[in-house]
Amino acid sequence: MKPPAFDYIAADSIAMAVAALAQGGDDAKIIAGGQSLVPMLNFRMLRPSILVDINRIAGLDVIEETGKAICVGALTRHYQLETSPLIARHLPVLSCAMTHVAHLAIRNRGTIGGSLAHADPAAELPMMALLLDAELHIASAAGQRTVAARDFFLGALTVDLAVGEIITGIVLPKLPPRTGWGFAEVARRHGDFALAAVATTLTVSGGAIEQARIALTGVGPTALRATEAEDLLIGHALEPDRTHRMIDAIRATIAPETDLHASADYRRHLAGVLAGRALVAAWRLADESAA
Amino acid sequence: MSKTCEINVTVNGTTHRATVEPRLLLTDFLRHTLGLTGTHVGCEHGVCGACTVLVDGDSARSCLMFAVQADGRNIETVESLGRIGQMNALQESFHEHHALQCGFCTPGMLMTATDLLRKYPLATDDDIRKGLSGNLCRCTGYEHIVKAIRAVVGKGHQRP
Repeated sequence: MKPPAFDYIAADSIAMAVAALAQGGDDAKIIAGGQSLVPMLNFRMLRPSILVDINRIAGLDVIEETGKAICVGALTRHYQLETSPLIARHLPVLSCAMTHVAHLAIRNRGTIGGSLAHADPAAELPMMALLLDAELHIASAAGQRTVAARDFFLGALTVDLAVGEIITGIVLPKLPPRTGWGFAEVARRHGDFALAAVATTLTVSGGAIEQARIALTGVGPTALRATEAEDLLIGHALEPDRTHRMIDAIRATIAPETDLHASADYRRHLAGVLAGRALVAAWRLADESAA
Repeated sequence: MSKTCEINVTVNGTTHRATVEPRLLLTDFLRHTLGLTGTHVGCEHGVCGACTVLVDGDSARSCLMFAVQADGRNIETVESLGRIGQMNALQESFHEHHALQCGFCTPGMLMTATDLLRKYPLATDDDIRKGLSGNLCRCTGYEHIVKAIRAVVGKGHQRP
Protein backbone atom coordinates (compact mmCIF):
# COMPACT_ATOMS: atom_id res chain seq x y z
CA MET A 1 0.00 0.00 0.00
CA LYS A 2 2.96 2.30 -0.52
CA PRO A 3 3.90 3.46 -4.00
CA PRO A 4 7.06 2.18 -5.66
CA ALA A 5 9.99 4.60 -5.87
CA PHE A 6 10.00 7.21 -8.61
CA ASP A 7 11.84 10.38 -9.54
CA TYR A 8 9.89 13.57 -9.20
CA ILE A 9 9.93 16.55 -11.54
CA ALA A 10 7.90 19.65 -10.65
CA ALA A 11 7.21 21.33 -13.99
CA ASP A 12 6.63 25.09 -13.93
CA SER A 13 5.49 25.35 -17.55
CA ILE A 14 3.86 23.22 -20.25
CA ALA A 15 7.15 23.39 -22.17
CA MET A 16 9.02 21.91 -19.21
CA ALA A 17 6.34 19.25 -18.69
CA VAL A 18 6.34 18.04 -22.31
CA ALA A 19 10.15 18.07 -22.42
CA ALA A 20 10.24 15.86 -19.32
CA LEU A 21 7.59 13.56 -20.82
CA ALA A 22 9.50 13.33 -24.11
CA GLN A 23 12.65 12.38 -22.23
CA GLY A 24 10.91 9.91 -19.93
CA GLY A 25 8.92 8.17 -22.67
CA ASP A 26 6.88 5.21 -21.43
CA ASP A 27 8.35 5.50 -17.93
CA ALA A 28 7.01 8.99 -17.28
CA LYS A 29 3.52 9.85 -16.03
CA ILE A 30 1.85 13.17 -15.38
CA ILE A 31 0.50 13.77 -11.90
CA ALA A 32 -2.19 16.45 -11.63
CA GLY A 33 -4.79 16.02 -8.86
CA GLY A 34 -3.61 12.46 -8.30
CA GLN A 35 -7.06 11.30 -7.18
CA SER A 36 -7.06 8.33 -9.56
CA LEU A 37 -3.32 7.99 -10.13
CA VAL A 38 -2.15 7.79 -6.51
CA PRO A 39 -4.51 4.92 -5.57
CA MET A 40 -3.13 3.04 -8.61
CA LEU A 41 0.41 3.80 -7.42
CA ASN A 42 -0.40 2.78 -3.84
CA PHE A 43 -1.80 -0.52 -5.13
CA ARG A 44 1.25 -0.80 -7.43
CA MET A 45 -0.99 -1.25 -10.44
CA LEU A 46 1.26 1.37 -12.07
CA ARG A 47 5.01 1.72 -11.65
CA PRO A 48 6.18 4.83 -13.51
CA SER A 49 9.81 5.68 -12.81
CA ILE A 50 9.22 9.41 -13.29
CA LEU A 51 6.30 11.56 -12.13
CA VAL A 52 5.94 14.95 -13.78
CA ASP A 53 3.93 17.18 -11.45
CA ILE A 54 1.94 19.88 -13.27
CA ASN A 55 0.32 21.38 -10.16
CA ARG A 56 2.67 24.36 -10.14
CA ILE A 57 2.12 25.45 -13.74
CA ALA A 58 0.72 28.98 -13.47
CA GLY A 59 -2.38 29.85 -15.50
CA LEU A 60 -3.35 26.26 -16.24
CA ASP A 61 -6.41 26.44 -13.96
CA VAL A 62 -8.17 29.38 -15.57
CA ILE A 63 -11.82 29.41 -16.69
CA GLU A 64 -12.43 32.13 -19.27
CA GLU A 65 -15.00 33.31 -21.76
CA THR A 66 -14.05 33.66 -25.42
CA GLY A 67 -17.03 34.81 -27.50
CA LYS A 68 -19.20 31.75 -28.03
CA ALA A 69 -17.26 29.36 -25.81
CA ILE A 70 -15.82 28.82 -22.36
CA CYS A 71 -12.19 27.71 -22.13
CA VAL A 72 -11.21 25.65 -19.12
CA GLY A 73 -7.57 25.00 -18.26
CA ALA A 74 -6.62 21.37 -17.67
CA LEU A 75 -5.58 21.97 -14.06
CA THR A 76 -8.98 23.40 -13.09
CA ARG A 77 -10.29 21.51 -10.07
CA HIS A 78 -13.75 19.98 -10.04
CA TYR A 79 -14.72 22.30 -7.19
CA GLN A 80 -13.70 25.35 -9.26
CA LEU A 81 -15.93 24.18 -12.11
CA GLU A 82 -18.79 23.44 -9.68
CA THR A 83 -18.69 26.98 -8.26
CA SER A 84 -17.62 29.06 -11.28
CA PRO A 85 -20.09 31.89 -12.02
CA LEU A 86 -19.14 31.72 -15.72
CA ILE A 87 -20.04 28.04 -15.87
CA ALA A 88 -23.25 28.64 -13.91
CA ARG A 89 -24.28 31.32 -16.40
CA HIS A 90 -23.38 29.61 -19.67
CA LEU A 91 -23.25 25.89 -18.88
CA PRO A 92 -25.47 25.31 -15.83
CA VAL A 93 -25.78 21.60 -16.67
CA LEU A 94 -22.06 21.31 -16.02
CA SER A 95 -22.27 23.06 -12.63
CA CYS A 96 -24.96 20.55 -11.67
CA ALA A 97 -22.96 17.56 -12.92
CA MET A 98 -19.91 18.59 -10.91
CA THR A 99 -21.80 18.36 -7.62
CA HIS A 100 -22.09 14.62 -8.32
CA VAL A 101 -18.35 14.10 -8.73
CA ALA A 102 -16.97 12.22 -5.72
CA HIS A 103 -16.60 14.09 -2.44
CA LEU A 104 -15.47 17.62 -1.58
CA ALA A 105 -11.92 16.54 -0.66
CA ILE A 106 -11.64 14.82 -4.06
CA ARG A 107 -13.26 17.71 -5.93
CA ASN A 108 -10.79 20.11 -4.30
CA ARG A 109 -7.84 18.21 -5.81
CA GLY A 110 -9.11 16.34 -8.87
CA THR A 111 -8.62 18.13 -12.18
CA ILE A 112 -10.66 18.17 -15.36
CA GLY A 113 -7.64 17.23 -17.49
CA GLY A 114 -6.93 14.29 -15.21
CA SER A 115 -10.51 13.04 -15.26
CA LEU A 116 -10.69 13.22 -19.06
CA ALA A 117 -7.31 11.50 -19.53
CA HIS A 118 -8.23 8.76 -17.02
CA ALA A 119 -11.65 8.19 -18.69
CA ASP A 120 -13.28 6.05 -16.05
CA PRO A 121 -16.35 4.38 -17.65
CA ALA A 122 -18.63 5.75 -14.91
CA ALA A 123 -17.16 9.24 -14.46
CA GLU A 124 -19.25 12.35 -15.09
CA LEU A 125 -16.75 14.57 -16.90
CA PRO A 126 -16.25 12.45 -20.06
CA MET A 127 -20.05 12.36 -20.40
CA MET A 128 -20.21 16.14 -20.03
CA ALA A 129 -17.44 16.66 -22.60
CA LEU A 130 -19.41 14.52 -25.07
CA LEU A 131 -22.72 16.19 -24.25
CA LEU A 132 -21.32 19.70 -24.70
CA ASP A 133 -19.34 18.92 -27.90
CA ALA A 134 -16.09 19.85 -26.18
CA GLU A 135 -12.81 20.22 -27.98
CA LEU A 136 -9.66 19.11 -26.19
CA HIS A 137 -6.35 20.91 -26.58
CA ILE A 138 -3.34 18.63 -26.41
CA ALA A 139 0.36 19.46 -26.36
CA SER A 140 3.56 17.46 -26.76
CA ALA A 141 7.20 18.22 -27.52
CA ALA A 142 6.23 17.89 -31.20
CA GLY A 143 3.57 20.62 -31.06
CA GLN A 144 -0.10 21.08 -30.40
CA ARG A 145 -3.29 19.54 -31.71
CA THR A 146 -6.98 19.61 -30.97
CA VAL A 147 -9.37 16.68 -30.88
CA ALA A 148 -13.15 16.56 -30.55
CA ALA A 149 -14.44 14.82 -27.43
CA ARG A 150 -16.44 12.43 -29.66
CA ASP A 151 -13.14 11.14 -31.12
CA PHE A 152 -11.21 11.12 -27.85
CA PHE A 153 -12.70 8.30 -25.77
CA LEU A 154 -11.65 4.98 -27.26
CA GLY A 155 -12.46 2.44 -24.55
CA ALA A 156 -12.42 1.87 -20.80
CA LEU A 157 -9.55 3.96 -19.41
CA THR A 158 -8.32 4.40 -22.99
CA VAL A 159 -8.16 7.72 -24.83
CA ASP A 160 -6.55 9.25 -27.89
CA LEU A 161 -3.50 10.47 -26.00
CA ALA A 162 -0.05 9.28 -27.08
CA VAL A 163 3.03 8.87 -24.91
CA GLY A 164 4.45 12.34 -24.34
CA GLU A 165 1.14 14.16 -24.79
CA ILE A 166 -0.70 16.25 -22.21
CA ILE A 167 -4.16 17.79 -22.20
CA THR A 168 -3.78 21.54 -21.71
CA GLY A 169 -7.44 22.56 -21.72
CA ILE A 170 -10.90 22.12 -23.14
CA VAL A 171 -13.19 24.45 -25.05
CA LEU A 172 -16.91 24.17 -24.37
CA PRO A 173 -19.41 26.00 -26.61
CA LYS A 174 -21.96 27.94 -24.52
CA LEU A 175 -25.51 26.63 -24.48
CA PRO A 176 -27.54 28.22 -27.27
CA PRO A 177 -30.55 30.44 -26.41
CA ARG A 178 -33.89 28.70 -25.66
CA THR A 179 -32.05 25.70 -24.31
CA GLY A 180 -33.07 23.67 -21.29
CA TRP A 181 -31.00 21.03 -19.58
CA GLY A 182 -31.41 18.01 -17.36
CA PHE A 183 -29.14 15.80 -15.31
CA ALA A 184 -30.06 12.60 -13.49
CA GLU A 185 -27.81 10.09 -11.74
CA VAL A 186 -28.14 7.11 -9.45
CA ALA A 187 -25.19 5.98 -7.32
CA ARG A 188 -25.08 3.77 -4.24
CA ARG A 189 -23.95 6.70 -2.10
CA HIS A 190 -23.79 10.33 -3.11
CA GLY A 191 -20.41 10.87 -4.76
CA ASP A 192 -19.82 7.25 -5.69
CA PHE A 193 -19.32 6.40 -9.32
CA ALA A 194 -22.62 6.41 -11.20
CA LEU A 195 -24.52 3.16 -11.68
CA ALA A 196 -25.96 5.18 -14.54
CA ALA A 197 -26.23 8.88 -15.28
CA VAL A 198 -27.79 10.90 -18.09
CA ALA A 199 -27.23 14.51 -19.10
CA THR A 200 -29.17 16.31 -21.77
CA THR A 201 -29.79 19.66 -23.43
CA LEU A 202 -32.82 20.54 -25.54
CA THR A 203 -33.01 23.61 -27.73
CA VAL A 204 -36.61 24.43 -28.49
CA SER A 205 -38.08 26.69 -31.16
CA GLY A 206 -41.78 27.31 -31.77
CA GLY A 207 -42.80 24.42 -29.49
CA ALA A 208 -40.59 21.86 -31.24
CA ILE A 209 -37.16 20.49 -30.44
CA GLU A 210 -34.54 21.97 -32.72
CA GLN A 211 -31.46 20.37 -31.20
CA ALA A 212 -31.29 17.46 -28.75
CA ARG A 213 -28.17 16.19 -27.03
CA ILE A 214 -28.27 13.15 -24.75
CA ALA A 215 -25.16 11.68 -23.12
CA LEU A 216 -24.83 8.73 -20.74
CA THR A 217 -22.19 7.30 -18.45
CA GLY A 218 -21.84 4.11 -16.44
CA VAL A 219 -23.55 2.00 -19.11
CA GLY A 220 -20.63 0.88 -21.26
CA PRO A 221 -16.85 1.02 -21.60
CA THR A 222 -16.99 4.75 -22.32
CA ALA A 223 -19.47 7.56 -21.91
CA LEU A 224 -21.56 7.92 -25.04
CA ARG A 225 -24.02 10.07 -26.98
CA ALA A 226 -27.40 8.50 -27.74
CA THR A 227 -27.61 9.83 -31.29
CA GLU A 228 -30.54 7.66 -32.41
CA ALA A 229 -32.61 8.83 -29.47
CA GLU A 230 -31.59 12.42 -30.20
CA ASP A 231 -32.78 12.11 -33.82
CA LEU A 232 -36.18 10.84 -32.66
CA LEU A 233 -36.76 14.13 -30.86
CA ILE A 234 -35.90 16.61 -33.60
CA GLY A 235 -38.92 18.55 -34.85
CA HIS A 236 -41.24 17.27 -32.11
CA ALA A 237 -42.60 18.39 -28.78
CA LEU A 238 -41.67 16.25 -25.78
CA GLU A 239 -44.94 14.39 -25.35
CA PRO A 240 -45.24 11.19 -23.29
CA ASP A 241 -45.37 8.94 -26.35
CA ARG A 242 -42.24 10.57 -27.79
CA THR A 243 -40.47 10.22 -24.41
CA HIS A 244 -41.26 6.51 -24.31
CA ARG A 245 -39.93 5.96 -27.82
CA MET A 246 -36.79 7.86 -26.88
CA ILE A 247 -36.36 5.70 -23.74
CA ASP A 248 -36.76 2.52 -25.81
CA ALA A 249 -34.17 3.79 -28.28
CA ILE A 250 -31.70 4.43 -25.46
CA ARG A 251 -32.23 0.99 -23.95
CA ALA A 252 -31.67 -0.57 -27.36
CA THR A 253 -28.48 1.43 -27.97
CA ILE A 254 -26.54 0.72 -24.80
CA ALA A 255 -24.73 -2.46 -23.76
CA PRO A 256 -24.04 -2.16 -20.03
CA GLU A 257 -22.19 -4.86 -18.14
CA THR A 258 -22.98 -6.71 -14.95
CA ASP A 259 -20.58 -6.05 -12.11
CA LEU A 260 -20.43 -6.07 -8.34
CA HIS A 261 -22.65 -2.99 -8.11
CA ALA A 262 -25.49 -3.69 -10.53
CA SER A 263 -26.67 -6.08 -13.22
CA ALA A 264 -26.70 -5.19 -16.90
CA ASP A 265 -30.52 -5.39 -16.95
CA TYR A 266 -30.82 -3.04 -14.01
CA ARG A 267 -28.45 -0.54 -15.60
CA ARG A 268 -30.32 -0.67 -18.91
CA HIS A 269 -33.64 -0.11 -17.14
CA LEU A 270 -32.18 2.67 -15.00
CA ALA A 271 -30.64 4.48 -17.98
CA GLY A 272 -34.10 4.73 -19.54
CA VAL A 273 -35.72 6.00 -16.36
CA LEU A 274 -33.00 8.61 -15.84
CA ALA A 275 -33.16 9.71 -19.48
CA GLY A 276 -36.91 10.27 -19.10
CA ARG A 277 -36.38 12.39 -16.00
CA ALA A 278 -33.54 14.41 -17.51
CA LEU A 279 -35.48 15.06 -20.73
CA VAL A 280 -38.61 16.22 -18.91
CA ALA A 281 -36.52 18.59 -16.78
CA ALA A 282 -34.78 19.95 -19.88
CA TRP A 283 -38.06 20.44 -21.72
CA ARG A 284 -39.51 22.42 -18.79
CA LEU A 285 -36.45 24.66 -18.56
CA ALA A 286 -36.45 25.24 -22.32
CA ASP A 287 -40.12 26.17 -22.08
CA GLU A 288 -39.39 28.67 -19.29
CA SER A 289 -36.50 30.23 -21.18
CA ALA A 290 -38.73 30.65 -24.25
CA ALA A 291 -41.45 32.35 -22.20
CA MET B 1 16.22 4.61 -4.30
CA SER B 2 15.10 7.72 -6.12
CA LYS B 3 16.58 11.17 -5.73
CA THR B 4 15.46 12.83 -2.51
CA CYS B 5 13.92 16.30 -2.41
CA GLU B 6 14.22 19.21 0.01
CA ILE B 7 10.88 20.59 1.14
CA ASN B 8 9.61 23.42 3.31
CA VAL B 9 6.13 22.75 4.60
CA THR B 10 4.07 24.77 7.03
CA VAL B 11 2.05 22.47 9.27
CA ASN B 12 -0.32 24.04 11.79
CA GLY B 13 1.59 27.29 11.61
CA THR B 14 5.10 25.87 12.03
CA THR B 15 7.41 25.62 9.03
CA HIS B 16 9.37 22.38 8.75
CA ARG B 17 12.34 21.75 6.50
CA ALA B 18 12.83 18.12 5.56
CA THR B 19 14.49 15.85 3.03
CA VAL B 20 12.03 13.33 1.65
CA GLU B 21 11.85 10.52 -0.85
CA PRO B 22 9.33 11.53 -3.55
CA ARG B 23 7.15 8.50 -2.85
CA LEU B 24 6.62 9.46 0.80
CA LEU B 25 2.88 10.01 1.27
CA LEU B 26 1.82 13.18 3.05
CA THR B 27 0.09 11.02 5.69
CA ASP B 28 3.34 9.25 6.53
CA PHE B 29 5.24 12.54 6.57
CA LEU B 30 2.76 13.97 9.08
CA ARG B 31 2.66 10.88 11.28
CA HIS B 32 6.16 9.43 11.08
CA THR B 33 8.38 12.40 10.28
CA LEU B 34 6.55 15.05 12.32
CA GLY B 35 4.92 12.75 14.89
CA LEU B 36 1.49 14.31 14.31
CA THR B 37 -0.53 11.13 14.77
CA GLY B 38 -3.90 12.88 14.90
CA THR B 39 -4.26 12.28 11.16
CA HIS B 40 -5.38 8.66 10.84
CA VAL B 41 -4.58 6.22 8.07
CA GLY B 42 -7.38 3.90 7.02
CA CYS B 43 -7.51 2.66 3.44
CA GLU B 44 -4.58 4.44 1.77
CA HIS B 45 -6.50 4.75 -1.46
CA GLY B 46 -8.78 7.70 -0.97
CA VAL B 47 -11.95 5.91 0.06
CA CYS B 48 -12.32 6.15 3.85
CA GLY B 49 -11.56 9.84 4.48
CA ALA B 50 -9.77 9.24 7.82
CA CYS B 51 -6.62 11.03 6.62
CA THR B 52 -8.37 14.22 5.47
CA VAL B 53 -6.36 17.40 6.15
CA LEU B 54 -6.56 20.96 4.81
CA VAL B 55 -4.08 21.98 2.09
CA ASP B 56 -4.02 25.76 1.66
CA GLY B 57 -7.44 25.74 3.31
CA ASP B 58 -9.07 23.06 1.14
CA SER B 59 -9.78 19.56 2.41
CA ALA B 60 -7.72 16.84 0.77
CA ARG B 61 -6.88 13.18 1.30
CA SER B 62 -3.34 13.15 2.66
CA CYS B 63 -2.94 9.54 1.43
CA LEU B 64 -3.41 10.77 -2.15
CA MET B 65 -0.72 13.42 -1.95
CA PHE B 66 3.04 13.15 -1.69
CA ALA B 67 4.94 15.12 0.92
CA VAL B 68 7.05 16.59 -1.86
CA GLN B 69 3.88 18.13 -3.34
CA ALA B 70 3.30 19.95 -0.05
CA ASP B 71 6.48 21.98 -0.55
CA GLY B 72 5.58 25.63 0.09
CA ARG B 73 2.03 24.72 1.08
CA ASN B 74 0.13 25.34 4.28
CA ILE B 75 -1.17 22.13 5.87
CA GLU B 76 -3.67 22.03 8.73
CA THR B 77 -4.32 18.82 10.63
CA VAL B 78 -6.79 17.96 13.38
CA GLU B 79 -4.17 19.10 15.91
CA SER B 80 -4.75 22.68 14.69
CA LEU B 81 -8.40 22.76 15.74
CA GLY B 82 -7.97 22.84 19.51
CA ARG B 83 -6.48 21.19 22.54
CA ILE B 84 -7.86 19.25 25.47
CA GLY B 85 -9.72 21.82 27.55
CA GLN B 86 -9.66 24.25 24.63
CA MET B 87 -11.60 22.55 21.87
CA ASN B 88 -13.18 24.57 19.08
CA ALA B 89 -16.94 24.83 18.56
CA LEU B 90 -17.06 21.89 16.16
CA GLN B 91 -15.08 19.63 18.49
CA GLU B 92 -17.25 20.69 21.43
CA SER B 93 -20.31 19.85 19.39
CA PHE B 94 -18.94 16.38 18.55
CA HIS B 95 -18.36 15.90 22.29
CA GLU B 96 -21.84 17.11 23.28
CA HIS B 97 -23.63 15.01 20.68
CA HIS B 98 -21.62 11.80 21.16
CA ALA B 99 -20.49 12.02 17.56
CA LEU B 100 -17.72 9.48 18.08
CA GLN B 101 -17.26 6.12 19.61
CA CYS B 102 -13.90 4.55 18.73
CA GLY B 103 -12.63 7.85 17.33
CA PHE B 104 -10.83 6.44 14.32
CA CYS B 105 -12.79 8.43 11.74
CA THR B 106 -13.06 11.55 13.90
CA PRO B 107 -10.03 13.53 12.65
CA GLY B 108 -11.19 13.07 9.06
CA MET B 109 -14.78 13.91 9.98
CA LEU B 110 -13.67 17.11 11.74
CA MET B 111 -11.45 18.29 8.89
CA THR B 112 -14.10 17.45 6.27
CA ALA B 113 -16.80 19.21 8.29
CA THR B 114 -14.53 22.25 8.70
CA ASP B 115 -14.27 22.60 4.92
CA LEU B 116 -17.99 21.82 4.37
CA LEU B 117 -19.01 24.50 6.89
CA ARG B 118 -16.89 27.07 5.08
CA LYS B 119 -18.12 26.20 1.59
CA TYR B 120 -21.74 25.08 1.76
CA PRO B 121 -24.88 26.40 3.52
CA LEU B 122 -25.72 22.83 4.73
CA ALA B 123 -29.37 23.86 4.93
CA THR B 124 -30.67 20.32 5.43
CA ASP B 125 -29.48 17.12 7.11
CA ASP B 126 -29.44 15.60 3.65
CA ASP B 127 -26.86 18.20 2.58
CA ILE B 128 -24.70 17.27 5.58
CA ARG B 129 -25.01 13.56 4.78
CA LYS B 130 -24.03 14.19 1.16
CA GLY B 131 -21.05 16.20 2.37
CA LEU B 132 -19.96 13.36 4.66
CA SER B 133 -20.46 10.64 2.06
CA GLY B 134 -16.72 10.33 1.51
CA ASN B 135 -15.95 9.64 5.18
CA LEU B 136 -16.59 6.21 6.62
CA CYS B 137 -17.63 5.65 10.24
CA ARG B 138 -18.28 2.10 11.46
CA CYS B 139 -19.55 3.00 14.97
CA THR B 140 -22.09 5.77 15.01
CA GLY B 141 -24.35 5.15 12.03
CA TYR B 142 -23.57 8.82 11.28
CA GLU B 143 -26.68 10.04 13.12
CA HIS B 144 -24.80 11.82 15.91
CA ILE B 145 -22.17 13.20 13.55
CA VAL B 146 -24.92 14.82 11.47
CA LYS B 147 -26.48 16.22 14.67
CA ALA B 148 -23.16 17.64 15.83
CA ILE B 149 -22.60 19.45 12.55
CA ARG B 150 -26.23 20.56 12.39
CA ALA B 151 -25.82 22.15 15.84
CA VAL B 152 -22.82 24.17 14.65
CA VAL B 153 -24.78 25.38 11.60
CA GLY B 154 -27.93 26.02 13.65
CA LYS B 155 -26.41 27.84 16.62
CA GLY B 156 -24.82 30.32 14.27
CA HIS B 157 -21.50 29.64 15.94
CA GLN B 158 -18.75 31.43 14.20
CA ARG B 159 -17.95 28.87 11.55
CA PRO B 160 -14.47 27.42 11.74
